[in-house]
Formats: sequence, C-alpha cells, structure tokens
Amino acid sequence: MQAKTIFPIAAFATGFVALSVAPFWADRADLRLLMEGLSYLALAQMWNLLAGYTGLVSVGQQAFVGLGGYLFFALAMFAGLPVIPGLIGAAVLTALIALPTGWIAFRLNGAYFAIGTWVIAEVFRLFAAQIGSLGGGSGISLPVTVARSLGEGREAREMTMYYIAFVIGAVSVGAVWALLRSRWGLALTAIRDSEIAAETVGVDTRRVKFLIYILTAGFTGLTGAFIFLQKLRITPDAAFSVNDWTAFVIFIVVIGGVGTIEGPIIGTILFFALRQVAADWGTWYLMLMGAIAIAVMLVDKRGLWGALRSRLGLSAFVTERRL
Amino acid sequence: MTRLLETQGLTAHYGDFQALFGIDMTIDAGETVAIIGSNGAGKSTFLRALTGLRPTAGQSVQFDGQSIAGLPAYRIHKLGLAMVPEGRRLFPSLTVEENLLIGAAGGRKGPWSLKSIYDLFPDLVAKKHNPGTALSGGQQQMVAIGRALMSNPKLVLCDEISLGLAPKIIKDIYQAVPQIRANGTSVLVVEQDVGQALAVATRVYCFMEGRVSLTGTPASLTRSQIAQAYFGLTEEAH
Amino acid sequence: MVWINAVLQGVLLGGLYALFAAGLSLMFGVMRFVNIAHGDFIVVGAYLILTFVISWGLNPIIGVALVLILMAAAGYLNQRFVLNRVLGKDILPPILVTFGLSIIVQNGLLELFSADSRKLPTGTWETSSLALTDQIAVGLLPFLMFLTAVGVIAAMQFVFYRSALGRMLRATSDDPEIVPLMGGNNARIFAIATALASLVVGIAGIWLAMKTNFDPAAGPARLLFAFEAVIIGGLGNIWGTLLGGIILGVAQTVGAQIDAGYQILAGHLVFLLLLVLRPKGLLPKVSH
Repeated sequence: MQAKTIFPIAAFATGFVALSVAPFWADRADLRLLMEGLSYLALAQMWNLLAGYTGLVSVGQQAFVGLGGYLFFALAMFAGLPVIPGLIGAAVLTALIALPTGWIAFRLNGAYFAIGTWVIAEVFRLFAAQIGSLGGGSGISLPVTVARSLGEGREAREMTMYYIAFVIGAVSVGAVWALLRSRWGLALTAIRDSEIAAETVGVDTRRVKFLIYILTAGFTGLTGAFIFLQKLRITPDAAFSVNDWTAFVIFIVVIGGVGTIEGPIIGTILFFALRQVAADWGTWYLMLMGAIAIAVMLVDKRGLWGALRSRLGLSAFVTERRL
Repeated sequence: MTRLLETQGLTAHYGDFQALFGIDMTIDAGETVAIIGSNGAGKSTFLRALTGLRPTAGQSVQFDGQSIAGLPAYRIHKLGLAMVPEGRRLFPSLTVEENLLIGAAGGRKGPWSLKSIYDLFPDLVAKKHNPGTALSGGQQQMVAIGRALMSNPKLVLCDEISLGLAPKIIKDIYQAVPQIRANGTSVLVVEQDVGQALAVATRVYCFMEGRVSLTGTPASLTRSQIAQAYFGLTEEAH
Repeated sequence: MVWINAVLQGVLLGGLYALFAAGLSLMFGVMRFVNIAHGDFIVVGAYLILTFVISWGLNPIIGVALVLILMAAAGYLNQRFVLNRVLGKDILPPILVTFGLSIIVQNGLLELFSADSRKLPTGTWETSSLALTDQIAVGLLPFLMFLTAVGVIAAMQFVFYRSALGRMLRATSDDPEIVPLMGGNNARIFAIATALASLVVGIAGIWLAMKTNFDPAAGPARLLFAFEAVIIGGLGNIWGTLLGGIILGVAQTVGAQIDAGYQILAGHLVFLLLLVLRPKGLLPKVSH
C-alpha cells in the first residue's frame, strides 16, 4: 500500500476509534455536538449517494427527515413502540412512503426533479400541520416516558443516545462503501460517469436510480427519527425545513466533494468548524455559506476532497476494483 | 489571385488523441477546393478547427489577410467564413425561411439574400413556411447551404453534403457550386465520394490519418496515386 | 355563488402565478436552466419597488422603470459573469450556484429589511372593483394584474416568434453548439435571455408587492408556484404557462374556500395529480 492511501486511512481510522469511545472523553456539550455531527454525516452520505452517484439532485430530502421524525413520534405515542423498534419502523415506513412519491417525482427530469422533490416535501409539511393528534401546526413533544426508557439516569441515556448516533453515522459511511464495492457499485459508478454509456452496457439506470432513491429515503428517515428523538419535540416547520435538512447538507457535500465517500466526512467537519466560528454572525454566516458553495462550483466543482485527490492521488475508501 | 486561407502545420487533439498532425493548406479566392479521405482521416476536425469550433490558439491560421487562430467561432463567422455542418443541423423549431434568416444574423452585406437563395434552390420557395426538418434530405441540405450563404461569406465550408442522399439529388446540389463561385464565394468541400470531388474541385487535398497525403489539380492526379493516398497502400505494402 | 366567486378570484390569481412562471419558462426554454433563486429574485423586485416608491418617494412610474432596468441589468450581468460559467451537461453546478444565490438573497434581504411582512399600498386600486353581476365583482387590482399577465405573455410570444432576437433564441434552444456558426455568441444570447426573463421577474415582483404581504423568506414558495404553473401548462409553451397559472390559482382559491388551511396544499395536490395524469403538461410543446 502507498503512503497516499495509508495516511488518509490512518486519519479516518483514528477518527473512527476516537468517535467509538467518545462518551469516555467528551463532555456533555461535546457529545451533543458529535451526535448532531454524526446525524449530518448520515444525511450528507445519503444526499451524496443520490446526487453524486445517480445524478438525482434532490432539494426535498427534508421530506424524509420530517417523515422519519413524525412517524417515530406516532409509533412511540400511538403504537407504544420502544425506541429502537420505533426508529427502525419509522425508517421502513418512510421508505414505503417514498415509493409513491418517487413514482411521481421520477416523471420530472434534471433540475425539475429537484424542484418537484421540494413540492412533495411542502405537501408533507402542510399535511403535518393539519394532523391534530400530532399537534397540528404548533407541533408536539415526545412523552417523557419514551426518553426515560433509554436508560437509568441522564448519563446512561446520553450514552445510549450517542451510540445510536454513532451507529447511524458509521453505518451510513459503511453502507455506501459496501454498496459501491458491490455489483451495484459498478452500475452506480457507470451512471455517475456516463449515463448513456451505462445504458449501452445494459445497466437499467432507471431501476437502479429508483432503488437508490428509496434506500436513501429510508436511511434519511431513520436519521430524521433520531434527530427528533434527540430534540424531543417536533413541529412541521422544523421537521420539513429546507434550510436545515437540505441546504446545509448540500453545503457539506459540495465543499467536501460530490461523488466521493470522503467528501461528506470532510464536509461535515468543515461545516461544524465554520459554524463554531461564525454562527454568531447570523445572516452573514448564512450568506458566507452560500458564497462558499458558489465559489466551490466556480473554482473547482469537485470540492476539497475531489481537488486533493486529483492533485495528490489520496484515497481512503478504495471503491475501485483492481484488475 | 489573392490568398484567402492559409494554414501552416495545423494540429488538433481530442484529449490524448491527436487528430491532426500539421496540415498545410492554401485556398485562393475563386477556387473550389475538395478534401477527400476515408473516415477518421481528420477532415471534419480540420473544418471545425477552421471555423473555431475546435481551439486553435497559438497556431497559424490566416484568413483574408488576418490571423483567425484562437478566435471564437462567432467572430470568425463575421469575417466571412461560413460552414454547412455535417448532418445539416437545421434548427427544428424554425421554418425554412427562418433558418435562412438566421444565417444572415451576422449582418454582412453581399449578393446573397432570400431572393437569390430561392433563385439558386427554387424547390425551397413552396416550402418556406414549413419547419426546416419537415423537408426531404436533399431539400434540407439546400436549406443548410442557403443558410451558410446568407451570411455572404468569402469562403463556405461544406462538410459531407452528399452523405445519405440519392445520386440524382447530389447532382442537383453540386450544380449550385458554379453559381456560388460566380457570386464571389470560394468553396471548400469535404467529400468521401472521390469522383464527385474530382468533378467539382479545382484542387484536391487527400487526408490520411491526420496528414495531407496528396495534393494537386484533378487533371494531374492518377487513380493509383489517389488510391494510395486514400487507403495508404504503399509500394512496400504490396 | 361563493364558489363561482372563488373560481373567478382564482383565475385572476392565476395571472400572478403566470407572471411568476414566465421568466422561469423563458430561461428553461433557451438554456435548459432552472434558477432555484427565481422566487427570491421576484421578492427582490418587490422590495425594490417598495424602496423606490415608499422609502424614497419616487413617482411610481419612475419607480417601475427603475425596477425593470435594474432587474434586467442584474440578470444580464449575473448570467454573463456567474451562471454562464456553470452551464453545461452537468446539472448539479447550476442548481447549487442558484441555491447558494437563493440563500444569499434571502439573508441579504433579512439584513436590509428585517423579517417584517410588507406590502405596497395602492390606494384606490385596492378598494375599486368592477361589478359583473349583483353578487359578483372583481377587484380592480386583480383584474389589472391578470391583464398584465396576458400582456406580458403576448409580448413574449411576439418576441419569440416574430423578431430576429426570438429567432436566435429559438435557434439557441434547438442547437446551441452550431449557433456560433451563424454568428451568434452563445454567452451573449444567454445573457440577453436572462435579462428578458429578469425584466419579467421585475414585473412579477411589482405585482407581488401590490397584491400580497411578502417578507425576505417569501421567495421559495413563489419558485414552487412558478414551477408548478410551467409544468402544468407544458414545458416550452408560453400560453400553457398562463393556463397552468390559472389552474393553480383556481385550485388554491377553491381549496381556501373549503378550509383556509388547504389553500397552498390544494394547489400542490392538483399539481401532483396533473403530473401523474399529464406528465407532459396540458399544452405540450408542438413538435415539428
């Protein structure tokens, strides 16, 4: 193995180990930040899988974050499901709901698909505001008993919560990596590089894209369910926020590097670093983010990792098959 | 005779693939020059380089007394170099007449107008309000040629204008070439049909694998010379 | 009678949506380009007219002229220096750049004008109405708004199909690669198309300011309405866009008549339903 691969692998492995024991070194505030970071990492991996590999640029992923959150609340409150089955149930139901929405959204192409997904997210937001039993427009809180069930005492609960976040974050990276190394990976990489070429060698691009859309919807729903478990309160505007669950996620993927596994990881770190420094600047912070995203597109649309990789030949997650 | 076009050592690349290896060509005002050669010889690439569709910055391409190397295509067009692109490429949402008028958008003055184009290709008069793509192949080719002429060019490049057309139609279209020349427009045709090229041209260039393999007037070239230059059959290969 | 009235108000509201949609439709038609910040630019137009007429006290006619000139110039420069650089086969860069612009514009407006909801008072226009029957009347303002929409769309149709510029725009839409062989400079043609679209965006912004309350975050909803009108009508069909706007407007006013909470939802649902039933739109582009 070359240094170009060893160094990034060592860096990511160190990060992984540090995160796996975070409750033993991080304080409460850090742990909360890490949980949020791991959630964003999962959302970014999913958006990147969708946009970076299949070319389906969605600006409506907040639909699935919100659905996951609301479904989790409904399963916990009305069906009395414990937390873990509730999270998994919310993910599965989100994926099922994505079947008809995807069927509709796939009638639109390219940029129109993007805006179509946004319309669908708005429909869910407006519906959620009409459901009285889930609090309507003003939202609802998760019953205390649900949070209590996570463990005896605050520390135990926080550790459980952290490890749920850790699993979600780690699985999002691992799943995308495994997917790209599988038979599917070849199809996805072919679609990313040239959709027409992929079709001529027999890849059913529409079917692959649709399945990826459903898969990312389910995992995004799982992440959304966790995010609102952590927040303990859900409102339609927070659940289906285009800024929180799509704009920031796109920013992360774009600055890190679209179409790579490492890109969303690096993007998440940069996003939280920027937020720690600049969040107090309010609107100027958001304008700065917009400007950075535009600058990346104008200067080098491959993002930070894409540019580094092509200049230095770095790679941590080897997905290319060696012949 | 005035020199209209001159390239020296023109090269072109598609990524790592080199398509042209130093083309020297001259065209004088009033000439009809034909480029022949097999598929992949670099003929179309050469035309695209002349029109600015392929980058030529830093190379030697003189047109009408000035360097056009590296100029964007729309500026080269305004200097009086028009092209009939391969496959005609009419604008499907424009009528025949609109397709012709687009050609005049550059605003150059000269003998060519809607009227003189309709005189050259009378078939088009009845079709002028039809969509350009609703015509027969031969008529579409006439529109494409007319569209190029509408810019009153000093030189018009015709890329494979006989491709896919019936022999009778090809003859009709090539009958227009003397009239085009009579109006002061020089012509460069790219042809796979060697017989047609020799019949219409005052001089012929044969391309092979990105190089000029033979050049001369049609009368000075023998069949075996052309076959050799076209297919690369050399004495040693026999 | 309330239902007839709701439909009538919806048709007039559809005029506003057609105005929102016309610029989006034009840019997509010429460049296959969808501007995510489209709605935010409409809101910029609304704040500009508010600033000129209310804050600076300019004559409304001068204010309108200034808005249109500024919008068209900004559109031209934006296309020439930013958007042209990301046009291409890859759809991601233009979406991301305009998404970034959307965030910058929304937060810039928030910084300049605060989050307060604003509206441009129009004096007697607001209170005047034309009585059609004893029970049905149309307000002067919505009526003029609808007329503006019809006028703008007729003008766009004229420019597109009857002028040399329109011919060049349609040619560029068909086959941008060979337009330079006709002497057309794609970068400039695209910038002119965006300037025209931005002019219409300015008109839409002025009517938004007069018709409804707006705030710095009002843009995305306007983008969605514009998008829905374009898709319902059929891509590349300018009159279809007016029809799409009307259908969306009627769906919303009828939805609001059922329950105030259903206004926007009804519009979205009718859009999705039509997307399922008629994915190519009601008046698809005539293919030759």
